[in-house]
Parts: sequence; structure tokens; C-alpha cells
Amino acid sequence: MKVKFLTSFIFLVSICIFLIFYKGLNKSNIYSPDNIIEKKIPSFSVKQFYNNIKITSEEIFDDEKFYLMNIWASWCVPCREEHRFLLKFKKLDRLEIIGLNYKDKNKNAKTFLNELKDPYDLIIVDDDGTIAIEWGAYGVPETFLIYDKKIIKKIIGPLNDDLFFEIKDLIK
Amino acid sequence: MKLLRIVLVILLILNFNVLKAENKNLEIEITKNLRCLICQGQSVYDSDSEFANSLKILVKQKLDDGYEEKEIYNFLKKKYGEWILYEPRFNKNTYFLWLLPILMFVAGGAIILKLFILKKN
Repeated sequence: MKVKFLTSFIFLVSICIFLIFYKGLNKSNIYSPDNIIEKKIPSFSVKQFYNNIKITSEEIFDDEKFYLMNIWASWCVPCREEHRFLLKFKKLDRLEIIGLNYKDKNKNAKTFLNELKDPYDLIIVDDDGTIAIEWGAYGVPETFLIYDKKIIKKIIGPLNDDLFFEIKDLIK
Repeated sequence: MKLLRIVLVILLILNFNVLKAENKNLEIEITKNLRCLICQGQSVYDSDSEFANSLKILVKQKLDDGYEEKEIYNFLKKKYGEWILYEPRFNKNTYFLWLLPILMFVAGGAIILKLFILKKN
């Protein structure tokens, strides 16, 4: 009786452990941030890049308009690569491009823009990275497509051709 | 009178220190319970990545603004999802995780009861 009980108990426990590992190891542990959790844009007040005057998010984002908010920094290499796409976006009407300069030195950022041209209609500054967190961002580069004060698309990492055409379709 | 005033001032300053220290401890406690999303396997407190450093500043700001610990968790959960918290909340995905220790405890108790107590009788 005792032996039977013990074996069945061990059997049960091993099945339990097996199931946990089977389920757990199959599941990808890499956090996929593709799904936007909060769609409404955050409200914040932030310094402007060129004149240091504070501006609020309500002043930046209008209702009936598409915005592309791009988080960038001069020290970020992929930002350099995606820059040409931002310049392409600049040619489209109906789309306003806002740059969030992330943890950057003003001087370096200006050199960066002089070198590669400035695609932004407005640049705001995030010195300590807290604004980026309000947006639920992970780092640079990261791009948000905004309409009606809602995030309709979030791109983590640099822009590319496919994304360019996808966004172009979205804002039609 | 003057002495009283000095004592009062000193007491006040000391109190402020306590307040600050409490905030600091809470800050550490909160950041230890946050998962650094871009450097997995580390908490925000342990990590020195840009993301983690910004989060530390944000937690400090929120505490200074008078946010409660829970409110900060909820705020970050809304932005980044459940995954950012080390302590998962009880829901349909995590009930097994939470109930397993209790189940094991009960099972262990049953074994002890069966093997030692009931046998004696």
C-alpha cells in the first residue's frame, strides 16, 4: 500500500513537472512588444529642440491629422540608416513628422541634422528618457504613427521600405 | 526660546531625512520588482541600460509626485504590459503558478498525515 502510494505520488509529480516544462519551454520567453497596450497618446510637457521653450502634447497633436513621431539620437547607428526614410516621409503631405531627441547632446544632434538634413517639422527633447517611457518606448529608434490622438502603429527599430509603403497606405 | 527653535529646526530636518530615506527604499523596492525589458534576466534596479536608467528616474519622479507603489505599477503595466512586473498578478494565465505551492503544501500535509499520524492509530 505504502509503495503504491509513493509510486503514484512520484508519478503524479513527474507528470506535473513534465507538463510545466513542456508548456514553459515551448513558450517563447522573448517579450514581443508589437501589440500596443495603450492606444491613447500620453500627455506631457516638453522642451523644444531649437528654442528650449516648453510645449505640451495638447499643443503638438491636432485631432484630424497624421503624425509620425520618431525617437532618435545622434549616437544611435540605426537612426542614421532610417534617416532617408524620414526624408521620404517629409515629402508626403498629410503627415507631420515629430522628432523626439532621446538622451542626446544638443550639439551632437545639431551636427547630425546638418549632416543628414532635418526631416522633422518639430523636434522635442527628452534629456532623461522619461518622455519615451510615457510613450511606452524601449529605446532608439522607435516610431509611432498617430491619428486623432491615438497611436495607430508602433514601429520598434529602424524604418525600412516595407514599413514606408505600409504607412503610406495607412495615411491615404 | 532660541534653543527651542533650533531644536525644532533640527527635528524638522531629521524628519525630512527619514521621509527621503523612505522614498529611497521604496524606490529601490519598486525598481527591483520591475523587469528590464531590453536586458532580460535583470531587474531595472540591477541594470544600467538606458531604458533602466530612465525608468529609475521616472519611478523617482512619480514617487516625488506622490504616486503610490500600486499606482506606479499600474501606470507601467498600462504602458508595457504585465511582463514588466516580476510579481505576476493572479489571472487565468498565472493561477497555476500561484496555486502550485499551496497544492504541494496540502499534498505534503496529506502524506505526513497518512504516513505518521493515521498509521499510529
